[in-house]
Amino acid sequence: MFEATELNRKNQKTERLWRLLFLMMTVLLILPVLIILGVLIYHGGPMITIDFLFTEPTNGMTAGGILPALVGTVWLVAVALLVSVPIGIAAALYLSEYAADNWLTRSINLAIINLAGVPSIVHALFGVGAFVLFFRFGTSILAASLTLAIMTLPVVIVATRESLQAVPHAFREACWNMGASRWQTIRHVVLPNSVSGILTGVILEVSRTAGETAPIMFTGAAFFLPFLPQSVFDQTMAMSLHLFVISTQVPGVPENLPFGVALVLISMVLAMNALSIAFRMVLRGRKKW
Amino acid sequence: MGVWNFRSGTLAMSGSPQDLGAQLDRRDLAWFVDKAVQALVFLGGVSAIVFILGIFVFITKEGFGFIAGRFDIVEFFGSTRWRPTSEQPTYGALALIVGTASVTGLAMLVAVPFSLGAAIYIGEFAQGRTREVLKILVELLAAIPSVVWGFIGLSIMNPLIIRLFDVPVGLNVLNSGFILGLMAAPIMTTIAEDSLKAVPDTYREAAEALGATRWQVIRRVVIPAARNGLVAAVLLGVGRGFGETMAVLMASGHSINLPTSVFDSVRALTATIAAELGETAVGSEHYRALFTLGIFLFVVTFIINLTADLVIRGIRKK
Repeated sequence: MFEATELNRKNQKTERLWRLLFLMMTVLLILPVLIILGVLIYHGGPMITIDFLFTEPTNGMTAGGILPALVGTVWLVAVALLVSVPIGIAAALYLSEYAADNWLTRSINLAIINLAGVPSIVHALFGVGAFVLFFRFGTSILAASLTLAIMTLPVVIVATRESLQAVPHAFREACWNMGASRWQTIRHVVLPNSVSGILTGVILEVSRTAGETAPIMFTGAAFFLPFLPQSVFDQTMAMSLHLFVISTQVPGVPENLPFGVALVLISMVLAMNALSIAFRMVLRGRKKW
Repeated sequence: MGVWNFRSGTLAMSGSPQDLGAQLDRRDLAWFVDKAVQALVFLGGVSAIVFILGIFVFITKEGFGFIAGRFDIVEFFGSTRWRPTSEQPTYGALALIVGTASVTGLAMLVAVPFSLGAAIYIGEFAQGRTREVLKILVELLAAIPSVVWGFIGLSIMNPLIIRLFDVPVGLNVLNSGFILGLMAAPIMTTIAEDSLKAVPDTYREAAEALGATRWQVIRRVVIPAARNGLVAAVLLGVGRGFGETMAVLMASGHSINLPTSVFDSVRALTATIAAELGETAVGSEHYRALFTLGIFLFVVTFIINLTADLVIRGIRKK
C-alpha cells in the first residue's frame, strides 16, 4: 500500500505550518477590531437611553442627547440618495446594457475608480468650490448632500452593474426575439430580475454616506445647532461631525459621552451593512438560475 | 422579393418598398421611449467623467491664484515651514508630505503582510461556513467610518501607547499608522482575495494532479498567477492610506515635524486641509494654498489609481 515518504511528511509539515501562520494573520487582523468594538460597547453602552437619542445636546454639548445630529444625518443621507441612486442606476444600465468596449467605456470605468479613490477631503474642496460658492447653495444640506452623492456614486454604480450582469444574457435575447425594444427588455426582464441586488447596493450606500465626515465639514454640517433643519437650504448637525467635535473641540465633555455617540454611529453603519449582507444571502438562496 | 426595413428591423415580403416602408414605420411611442431612455442612460454613464473632470476643474479654479502667484516649487517641496498665518507666510509642504508618507508607510508595513496572509487563508485554505463568516467579518470591518477610527486612536490607542511605551504623547506616527493599517487591511484583503479567486481552478487541479500539496499549489501556481491583482491590492491600499483624512487628523498629533521615530507626532496633507480650511477667508492666499494641497493630493491619488488599473488590466490581457 501507499506509505508516506520522508518527502511527503516534510511537505505535509510545511503546509500545516503555513496554514497556521495564515490563520493567525487572519485572526490578528480581526481580533483587535473586535476588542476595540468591545471597549466601545463597554463604555458607550450605558450612555444609550431613549433620552439620549431623543433630546438635544445641552450645556455646550457636554450633556444631553444627540437628536439634532441623528435627524441631520437622516436628512443628509436622504437627499444624497435622491441624487446618487438615479444617476448611479442610469450609469450602471449604460455600462451593462448599452456600452460597447471602446475608449469611452474605459474612460468611464477609470472615472468611477477615481471617484472612489480621490481622498474625501478633496471631495470636500470640490463641494466648497462647486456647490457652496459657484452654484451659491451656501453651506447647506443641499451642498453637503450633493458632495456626498458624488463621492458615493461608485458604490451604487458598481453594485448595480454587478447585479445587472448577473442576469443571464439568454433572458435578454429571448425578449429581443419577441420584438421587444431595448428599454422594454430592461424594464420587464432585466430590472425585475436584479432589483434586489440594486437594493443591496443602495443600503450599502446609506451606510457609507452616514459615516462620512470630511466631505460635510465645510459644505453643510454645523458644529452646534439647537434646532432641527426645516429645508435643504438649512445647515444641520450630523452624527459623524458631532463625534469629531465633542471628542476634539469641546472642553469638559464627560468621558463616556463620545463613546455613546461613536457607538450609535457605528451601530447605524454596521446594521445597514448587516442588512445588506443578509439580503444578499437570502437572494443567493432564492436565485432561479 | 423581400425588403428589409432598417428602421423597424422587419422583412417585408411583397408590395412596393415605399408603401411598405410607410406602413412598417414603427416609430411609435415605444420607439421614442426607447430612444429617450438610451439618451438618459448615456448621460448617466458619462456623468462619472463629468464629475471627475468637475472635481479637477473646481479645485484648480480655487487653487490657481496661488499656483500662478505665490507658489514656489522649491519652497513647496523643499521647506518644512508651513506657516500660512505668520506675518511673512511660508508654504513649505515637505513636513506634511513626509508626515503622510511616514503614517502610510507604517500602515502598509502592518497591513500588507497581514491582509495578503488573510486573503490567502480565506481564499485558499478556509472552506464552507468558516470562509463565509470570515468574509462577512472582513466586509464589516471595512465599513467602520473613519471618524470612529480617529476616535479609537484618540481615546483607546492614545492612553494605551502612553502606558505601554512610557512616552509623553500617544498621538503619533505609531498610533495613526496602526489605525490606518487596520482601516486599509480589510479593503486590501477583499481585493487580494478577489484576484486569488480569479485564478482558474484548472491551474490548481493541474498542479494537484502532479502531486503538489496545497501549499505548493498556492506558492508555485496561484500566487504567481494572481501577482498583478495582489500588487493592485497593495496600490489601492496605499491610495486609501494616502487620502485618509479624519483618522489621521485625530490620531497623528497634528504637529508639523520631520519624524525621527514612530513616537513623534506628525501632520498629514489631508489633515492640514481639514484643520485649516474652516479658519481661512474665501479667496485668501492661505485658502488658495490649501486648494493647492488638494490638487497635489488629487494628482497623486489619480496616478496611484491609474497604475493599479493598468496593473489589473495587465492580467486580463494575458
